[in-house]
Amino acid sequence: MKRSSLTLVDRMTIAIPFTWLATFLALPLVSVAALSLHVVADSIPPVAPFFSIGQGHLTLNMSVRGFRMVTEDPLYLAAFWNGLKNATLTAAGCILIGFPLAFAIARSPARRRNLYVLLAILPFWTSFLLRAYAWMGLIRDSGPINAMLLSLGITHHPVAILYTPTAVLLVMIYSYLPFFVLPMYAVLEKLPADLLAAASDLGARPAYVFRTVTLPLSLPGIVSGAILVFVPAVGEYVIPELVGNSSTMMIGGILWDEFFQNRDWPLAASIALVTFGLLMLPALVLRRRLGQLGTVS
Amino acid sequence: MNDTQQRPWQTVALLLGFAFLYTPIAWIVYFSFSGDLPGSASHFSLHWYRALLANTELGAAAYRSLVLALLSSPLAAMLGTFAGIGLARQEHFPGRSVMIALLAIPIFAPEILLGFSFLMLFASAQALTGWSHGKGMLTLVLAHATLGAPIVASVVFARVSGRDRSLEDAARDLGARPLRVLATVTIPLAAPGIFSGWLLALTLSFDDVVTSSFLAGPENTTLPMAIFSGLRVGLDPQINAVGTLMVAGVAAIVGISFAATRLGAWRRDRER
Repeated sequence: MKRSSLTLVDRMTIAIPFTWLATFLALPLVSVAALSLHVVADSIPPVAPFFSIGQGHLTLNMSVRGFRMVTEDPLYLAAFWNGLKNATLTAAGCILIGFPLAFAIARSPARRRNLYVLLAILPFWTSFLLRAYAWMGLIRDSGPINAMLLSLGITHHPVAILYTPTAVLLVMIYSYLPFFVLPMYAVLEKLPADLLAAASDLGARPAYVFRTVTLPLSLPGIVSGAILVFVPAVGEYVIPELVGNSSTMMIGGILWDEFFQNRDWPLAASIALVTFGLLMLPALVLRRRLGQLGTVS
Repeated sequence: MNDTQQRPWQTVALLLGFAFLYTPIAWIVYFSFSGDLPGSASHFSLHWYRALLANTELGAAAYRSLVLALLSSPLAAMLGTFAGIGLARQEHFPGRSVMIALLAIPIFAPEILLGFSFLMLFASAQALTGWSHGKGMLTLVLAHATLGAPIVASVVFARVSGRDRSLEDAARDLGARPLRVLATVTIPLAAPGIFSGWLLALTLSFDDVVTSSFLAGPENTTLPMAIFSGLRVGLDPQINAVGTLMVAGVAAIVGISFAATRLGAWRRDRER
């Protein structure tokens, strides 16, 4: 059916959210870009205006100090590196744990599948902070995991897990797991059963079917799920703050400290802009279609 | 895929996966009922619930979070419904790819970037126009609605784009005006998607700590902010009690919506 023109209602259903999103998502980026070029001042807000008039002549207050620091200071480079490293490991962990789970759900009897999917989503609906808090209790020196290790005789001293990089990784994998399992399940559920049946009817062993049919067909799901975990994980702030130590400081923590503690808005803005460019541009290019986005929920 | 039998590897994968997901939650519930610090005693007690009831600061924060979630999630639902329907029904319009990219930002971007950017927007607006709500409930509502809208949009989009347009076309052919078609055909058809999207936006808002920390300021502390600042100091058993109440709340919401779906299906069956 050809629609020569959009009705007013059609226009409104697009224009209202479009205007809103442009105002609250695109415009802030402009503010951040502008702020990254400002000069710090002892005022509220703590930046000097671009132009100031003093002693009869106009001065321009502008600086790229923030960008210089982000790209040159080893502290910031280390934080970027930490973020990328932790996000990569988190995505890998989510694949290792989430793929078998999603695969098992997808291969379950149809009537049980909905229940399993619900069970996989439910933890995501309870407070994220409380789940992180629960892990703090579980992995601390006198917690149940150490008690178990001690009573089994695996160690004779409690293993320090809380406030280490291991704890950060563990809690990050745990928190991001649903973001991987759901899109992965959506892909695996749609795998054509007859293709798998055909492969085994032709004499392929299960491991061979998995390697030559299942895995290649589910690769797009693995990639999109991994991106969905990796990109937000790079900037994770709360988890390293709660269960990590000073060596696990990631880029989110640096931004937070520059903003809240040092009140260095231009530097925080530079960090934000560099992170955004580093992460979002590739991600947007990789997953441009809303159709893929729809698998998120 | 329609395997009728569960194989051993499946049982193992399901058990291990769900054990991993649920161990921390079981831990919270279990120790919220114990009398002492978590891990040290195991007799049943409501001590921490009583302490929680007496804690007016946490209570005020919880109330504020609830109001915030109840104000921002309907806004998110409205914006997301429009966006989802618009994208599903209009395949070509100028700026479509821009809109999709904008919707992708809150889903992908690390939240600290979003929270910081929101504050920079409001700070710039304040510097340029003097609109002086730099911090406060209104900016929180606007920001949370923006964060929730893309989630609603993707759920509604998935629901609407799969359906054919014959019902809408029929309504139009019978003389219904566009607004009437939208209100009486398209939106009711998308209703289950709108509802689950709204519920997701509600939980997202109620759970948010990073964006809120940037925008709220000291006078508008939300429940997650209060919990977060408590956790930075150390373990606090009152938080176990908060957690148990929240787990119970979520279970109740899920139970109700599950029952509502069942009831709806049962009614439809009876009407046939």
